[in-house]
Amino acid sequence: MSLSLKNKFGALVATFALSTALSSPVLAGLDGLPGTEQPEARGLAIAQASDATNLGYGDTRTEMEMILTNANGDVSERRLRFNTLENKNPDDGDWSMMIFDEPRDVAGTAMLTYAHILDADEQWMYLPALKRVKRISSVNKSGPFMGSEFAFEDFSSQEVGKYSYKWVRDEACGERTCHVTERRPLYKHSGYTRMISWTDTTDYQVRKIVYYDRKNTLLKTLTFDDYRQYEDKYWRAHELFMQNHVTDKTTMLRWDDYEFSTGLTAQDFNQNSLKRTR
Amino acid sequence: MPLSMERYGAFVTNNPIKVIVASLLVAVIALLGAQNLRLTNDYRYFFTKENPYLTAFQELERTYSSPDTLLFVYQPKDGSKAVSREALNLAYDLTEGGWQIPYSTRVDSITNFQNTRAIGEDDLEVRSLLDDPATLDDTQMQYIEQTIVNEPLLIGRLLSHDRHTASVLMSMRPPVDDVVANNQIISEARSLLAAMRAKYPNIRIELTGSQMLSNAFSEAAQNDLATLTPLMFALITVVLIVTTRKIAGTLASMLVVTLSAAAAMGSAGWLGIPISPPASSAPTIILTVAVADCVHILISALVSRGQGMDKKQAIIESLKINTQPVFLTSVTTAIGLFSLNFSDSPPYRDLGTIAGVGALYAWFFAMTIFPALLSLLPMKASNVVDRQSRMMSWIAEKVISRRKPLLIGMVAVTVFGIAMLPRLTFNDRFVDYFDARMDFRVASDWASDNLTGIYILNYSMESGEAGAIANPEYLATLDKFAGWLRTQPEVKHVASFADVIKRINRSMNGDRENFYAVPTSRDMGAQYLLLYEMSLPYGLDLNDQLNVDKSASRLIVTLRNLGTQEMTSLRARSLSWLKANAPEEMWVDASGQAVMFAFIGERNLRSMVFGTFIAFVLISACLMLALRSLRLGLISLIPNMAPPAAAMGFFAIFQNEVGFWTAFVSATAIGLIVDATVHILSKYRYARIDLQYSSVNAVRYSFATVGTALWVSSLILIIGFLVLTHSPFLINVMLGLVVALTIFVALILDFLLLPPLLIAVDSRGEDPSEGDVAMSQPAE
Repeated sequence: MSLSLKNKFGALVATFALSTALSSPVLAGLDGLPGTEQPEARGLAIAQASDATNLGYGDTRTEMEMILTNANGDVSERRLRFNTLENKNPDDGDWSMMIFDEPRDVAGTAMLTYAHILDADEQWMYLPALKRVKRISSVNKSGPFMGSEFAFEDFSSQEVGKYSYKWVRDEACGERTCHVTERRPLYKHSGYTRMISWTDTTDYQVRKIVYYDRKNTLLKTLTFDDYRQYEDKYWRAHELFMQNHVTDKTTMLRWDDYEFSTGLTAQDFNQNSLKRTR
Repeated sequence: MPLSMERYGAFVTNNPIKVIVASLLVAVIALLGAQNLRLTNDYRYFFTKENPYLTAFQELERTYSSPDTLLFVYQPKDGSKAVSREALNLAYDLTEGGWQIPYSTRVDSITNFQNTRAIGEDDLEVRSLLDDPATLDDTQMQYIEQTIVNEPLLIGRLLSHDRHTASVLMSMRPPVDDVVANNQIISEARSLLAAMRAKYPNIRIELTGSQMLSNAFSEAAQNDLATLTPLMFALITVVLIVTTRKIAGTLASMLVVTLSAAAAMGSAGWLGIPISPPASSAPTIILTVAVADCVHILISALVSRGQGMDKKQAIIESLKINTQPVFLTSVTTAIGLFSLNFSDSPPYRDLGTIAGVGALYAWFFAMTIFPALLSLLPMKASNVVDRQSRMMSWIAEKVISRRKPLLIGMVAVTVFGIAMLPRLTFNDRFVDYFDARMDFRVASDWASDNLTGIYILNYSMESGEAGAIANPEYLATLDKFAGWLRTQPEVKHVASFADVIKRINRSMNGDRENFYAVPTSRDMGAQYLLLYEMSLPYGLDLNDQLNVDKSASRLIVTLRNLGTQEMTSLRARSLSWLKANAPEEMWVDASGQAVMFAFIGERNLRSMVFGTFIAFVLISACLMLALRSLRLGLISLIPNMAPPAAAMGFFAIFQNEVGFWTAFVSATAIGLIVDATVHILSKYRYARIDLQYSSVNAVRYSFATVGTALWVSSLILIIGFLVLTHSPFLINVMLGLVVALTIFVALILDFLLLPPLLIAVDSRGEDPSEGDVAMSQPAE
């Protein structure tokens, strides 16, 4: 009996010590991040740590499908190929090429994007029906991507400089522990006032993002699942589920396996290459 | 029954305090439910889940986006254009403000219109018409005006053809059935309106839209509860004092009617019934019904007191002779009101339930707390009542002596009224439900006169398969249909997806006018669309016009304020145009709030004809049972059935367009008018069978005993329903007016047709000269 009492006491002490360690500002620096008394610096450091896990990935090829469901339960699918090239300039965004496969009537349409951090992205689109490349001049990245609940800004390259950050708290997220950070877009034409993101404290991958619209009310929740690691280093989520809380529409975005170091170069990301895709 | 009633009467008069406490306890328990009461401010509540127009509307809502709107309409007061620098600044501010209103999902204005423009041959620019008003120069202003005027998506909708009036349209998506959320929207929208009016004093700005319609319903309900109920209260008090000249009896009656109305509203809370404008007229109706019970008991007691009985005896006597008729009239009133539950419109089911329950509470309190109070309060004999009895005897003599011409004349008038019934046609226009006291009506009429309205038809145009909205044939048909609709006199604006794709096609081809046409292949249309959609900002996407697999697009037709007939005609013409010119999958019918309200009358009439019939059968069965006479029961059908029909017919002489309130007139009135027949026939039967009077003397007897109570209670009923005509909600006004008219007709028929009829069919084998014998000498 005295033994079990001792065990209980021991458990109590351990719990207390652990909770103090997790919540104490002095000890929080132990995770290598700025302390909780500096929420902005801590939030930025989390974003940088997250960004660092992707540094040097070079180029990737993958495919994705999107399954769109409206409040009525009607379903529609989209498929496209997605190539990216890492921009070695840390002050600029990555380059991407999307080649649309489904629906059939847009098959062969391709879109080239040079992402920028605080300026409008540069975009060109090749339209096979017109056999021409069109430059799109628009500041908008906030509209629905192919009618889905994703905006272009939701899954285009996430550069650190696109947002200001503020760490909110650390908390359990499923079986993991996450840093909860508030991000505010610095891009003037963003569709959001802020997002709250949950970043795993160990692998620094984002597990969930909650979006707040321009009147700062809850708009969407994005959850990331099925993380797989490539080349022992780069994590990619393969299931992204977006729930729109206002319209009750949802979009499931599934990435196929990624291929890394496929030999893509800047030559594959210019206006001439747009016409060559298929 | 009389013996047990005598014992009950003795108990009540000997233990008044106990009875008062017990009945107050019942009232308090019922009233506790009042804390659950809530006002509904959703116009959808007027429709049942089975209503096909609501189903179509909800399907549309789920497939595209929410069709609920806030519509700001503005016009410079000095007669300048609504695209002046100041007006453009207002449009910009309203657009920004609109995004901040809770639950707004989209804001459309002339400033945030996503204009496409070709720059050179291969650049496509997509941007708001006006990004930043600070940099606005004259060239840009000219460009903006030219673009709007030439854009079918804008002109006639966001800017009037004369360019003097413009609008900003906000799409709203509040959580369903959330009163707080809706109130939040209204208060934010109104503060934006106030702020804009203050900032732009030279521009007239009005606010309408379906959110404001919803709100108008709840404001009308609040107004009715806050003004009509107290007014009714005051009027009842005056009528009671004037007719009985008794302060104590009046006070006791007022307590009974108050308790009945309060207990019924409390019970509505317990039952979870939301208060809508129709339901908000329930307290007024209950006050009216309840006071009739008190009048009968009070006047009988006063008559007995006048005949020399002491107070206790008079009360016991009154209970004895009134228990059965008061119970019967309460039950028949409740049956009539409950039959409103057959309605296709839930607010009228609620009205029926609340008022029906109220009628039963009224009976309960009239039989308990009322006699108990009377026995505690002073009661002297009254000569007023006595004088009124003598007047009744005089009327009885006149009716008896002229019974033949009266019989023929009254039948002729009634038949004439009924013959007018076919003149009636339904015409429901929901904006016109509200009178000019309500901002919503003023704003909506002004908006409709100057630019656009809130009568909107939606066509979900199917293309047959996923993605096929980009088919040139589909787009061409859609464009032709839109073009045809634009030539219809009812149509103010048509927003068609074909116009979107034509504009993109032009911009993809260097903005050359000859490319303002649908693209030549499906792939081309689909690819243009992909590109265009990729360039739109949050909230200005095409999801409100295209369904998820792009197999259908939504055609939005704005109409001037239409009634049911015009709506029926436009829908029929549209459908036959589609059948003649479009493939079968495009043969769709329109949906929307305007359609739902346009056909609310027909659907309710159909359901209420059945409901009223059931009520009628039940009420007549009650009468036959209570009177224990098939013959009297059959005779009662005439004065009960004729008044609603004749009253509606008389009404049709003056106005032949009616709203859906017509469906509820008979059901509401039947339970009330039957009361008078019950009182007359039960006294008549008592005189004929128990007292062995001849039919003529039995008529005299019934006039003398219940005549006064009858005309007093009918007067109160008429006043009560006339009070409803002060509602700003037209449906309540008309229902009140015509029910009052029905009760008036019923009173006339009860006094002038029923007695001659009784004598005519119930006097076989009697000496025809007997009519001249005075009543004090019993027949035989």
